[in-house]
Amino acid sequence: MSDFNNEFWNVWVIVITLGGILFCVLLLWTQSRARNTKGEVTGHVWDEDLQEYNNPMPNWWRWLFYLTVVFSLAYLALYPGLGTYGGQKGWTSVGQYQEEQAAAEAQFKAAYGDLLKQNIELVATDEKARDVGERMFLNYCAQCHGSDAKGAKGFPNLTDADWLWGGDPAQIKETISKGRNAVMPPFGHLGPQKIKDVAYYVRSLSGSVNPHTPEADRGKAVYNSAGCTACHGAEGKGNIGLAPNLTDKVWLYGSRDATLVETITHGRSNSMPAFGEFLGEDKVHLLTAYVYGLSLGNRTEANR
Amino acid sequence: MDPQQHAQPKVIEIVPQDAAGGDEALFEVRKKIYPRAVGGWFARWRWGMVIFTQLLFYGLCWLPWNERQAVLFNIVERKFYIFGIVFWPQDVFYLAVLLIISAFGLFLFTAVAGRLWCGYACPQTVYTEIFLWIERLFEGDRMARMRLDNAPLSAEKVARKGGKMLTWALLSAWTGFTFVGYFTPIQELWDTLWRFQLGPWEAFWLLFYSGFTYMNAGHMREQVCKYMCPYARFQGVMFDPDTLTITYDEARGEARGARKKGVDPKSIGKGDCVDCHICVQVCPTGIDIRDGLQYECIGCAACIDACDQVMDKMGYPRGLIRYSTENALSQRWGWQEILRHVARPRVLVYSAILAVVTGAFLFGLLTKSDLKVNVIRDRGVAGREVDGGLVENVYRLQVMNVGEHYQFYSVKVSGMPGITLASDNVIELPAESSHIFTMRVRVAPESGKSGANPIRFDVESLLGDAQTSEKATFLIPR
Repeated sequence: MSDFNNEFWNVWVIVITLGGILFCVLLLWTQSRARNTKGEVTGHVWDEDLQEYNNPMPNWWRWLFYLTVVFSLAYLALYPGLGTYGGQKGWTSVGQYQEEQAAAEAQFKAAYGDLLKQNIELVATDEKARDVGERMFLNYCAQCHGSDAKGAKGFPNLTDADWLWGGDPAQIKETISKGRNAVMPPFGHLGPQKIKDVAYYVRSLSGSVNPHTPEADRGKAVYNSAGCTACHGAEGKGNIGLAPNLTDKVWLYGSRDATLVETITHGRSNSMPAFGEFLGEDKVHLLTAYVYGLSLGNRTEANR
Repeated sequence: MDPQQHAQPKVIEIVPQDAAGGDEALFEVRKKIYPRAVGGWFARWRWGMVIFTQLLFYGLCWLPWNERQAVLFNIVERKFYIFGIVFWPQDVFYLAVLLIISAFGLFLFTAVAGRLWCGYACPQTVYTEIFLWIERLFEGDRMARMRLDNAPLSAEKVARKGGKMLTWALLSAWTGFTFVGYFTPIQELWDTLWRFQLGPWEAFWLLFYSGFTYMNAGHMREQVCKYMCPYARFQGVMFDPDTLTITYDEARGEARGARKKGVDPKSIGKGDCVDCHICVQVCPTGIDIRDGLQYECIGCAACIDACDQVMDKMGYPRGLIRYSTENALSQRWGWQEILRHVARPRVLVYSAILAVVTGAFLFGLLTKSDLKVNVIRDRGVAGREVDGGLVENVYRLQVMNVGEHYQFYSVKVSGMPGITLASDNVIELPAESSHIFTMRVRVAPESGKSGANPIRFDVESLLGDAQTSEKATFLIPR
């Protein structure tokens, strides 16, 4: 216990604690010898005439009092209580927490141990693993990605075949355990007209708008010259781990014109927190398998 | 006691017999009480209650119900089985109502006839009665027991005392075992007991309950009522002058004193009390009922039986000690008058509340649904646009199948024009399980106002008649 900034307080606590117990013993001892006038009332009167006799207590009650003294001394010897003295049993709340954690860990290992040794693809098909994965997902992931894992604005859909950071088991595992940080730099310096054009062009890549217009041509020129190709590639197909594919109809922030203009003008900054340390290797393994399994039905042979 | 005190019946003054001066220690050594055996009408009632309550307690846990124990409180899985009903922690409401019923039952019985619970049904009384009976088997009645306690140590004393203690211990052990058997399936408990594989908590509670049965019924006895039981102390405020209590008819009994049989007591200036002290000897709390109503009196009516026997022998009418009320005694009422005063406002109000609460409780039990549903809207997803220009909201339906059968449920959503469920509308759940189902709901944005729109989920069992509906809100983004 490092709660005391001064040795005085340590002594102070010990003296008060032991002094209190000693006082109780002395009080008991003197009261065991005291005599009382028979039929004496306590002096309290209720409801006009209701009084209380000062009747003697049963003798065994006194031994209960002594028992509490014995208990408290034994407790103080075994557990912390006397100032900085830690007790014979060496108990600490942190220690108890760690013990319980270890017990829970052992229980988890016993229940899911064989799953932890299998590879992700196999675990993803196991019903028991999916159940525990679902519970963990609802606990830790659903706040952002939604209970159905289909995401929300700024939070990717995990059930489709589109992966920003890769959909391989190893890549998913890395995303969960280490987290991800992504930045799209702002291009506000291009000016409103150019931004409008490039936004139009980007939308035309996925067929949302007609690609054969002057706007699209102007936008394409901006796209190629302003530096967009560095990350999103010449064809706008993006790069795993670097920039999203602009040619599919998957939009993290939305496909409306105004949304794209905002994205290009101000940029975007987003992050996925790291869960590796918090959940531990074993739970990340099961969670990875669950997330991997979510999109299995939507994957094509190519990206399966 | 001064007979004049009864001129003012309102004041119940309790004066210790030896209140006149002197001093005493603050702690009092208990004087052991040797209650004398007594038979009679009330004793038969008491034994009837002993047999009834204990058949219930020792027997109910062995009763099977389909594949399981009929009455079982599974604390580990938090499921509480009472015959055909399974209670979950969410049903603690029923327990609260049951406690209210018990409390009002207690108020009612106490207002009408005093400490009926203490005298006839309380486990402390019931086990003391059983333990006393065993004590009597080994050591004989009051006088024999007193002689045995005063006798020097001998083989016979050891044999009698040892036999009694062993029988007590066995009964206590069985009581503790039965108690734990309501929390761990008793058949399983029996098997693990013989293989010495009891869990630590089961072993603890078995020993704890056994130990306290032995101590409370064998040794502590009336001290539990006198010093530990709160009910014993607050019963006083539930009495009124029309409450039936065990009463000594002082006007008829005094002046007490011994006399020859056949002598007319009036001719020698005496009342009907022959001062035989048998009422004191049979009292399990060691009081003299002739001193008036006392907090120690548990209302067991042993003294009534004892006194009636003496009155019969003396050829006097029964009822020198009887169930009577303060008003009846001071105004010399007969039974009809006493009964007429039972229907007083207090009793009627208690009865009415008891009837209403019990009725509501039974109604609740009979209509208890085997299905519970909670709906939580996904807060992180404000409402997403999906194909066809529809808005989608995501909900978590926590569905609990409280019943003991595998179930299929249909889920319907309503409350907005054209609202549809984009997830499976049939879900399945094993018996006694709960699961969170993620439900996607879609609607055209023009079907509602932007912001929150009230909707409703209806979940209905396809195999039974359980059904429930839960309110929720659908969010249409601006």
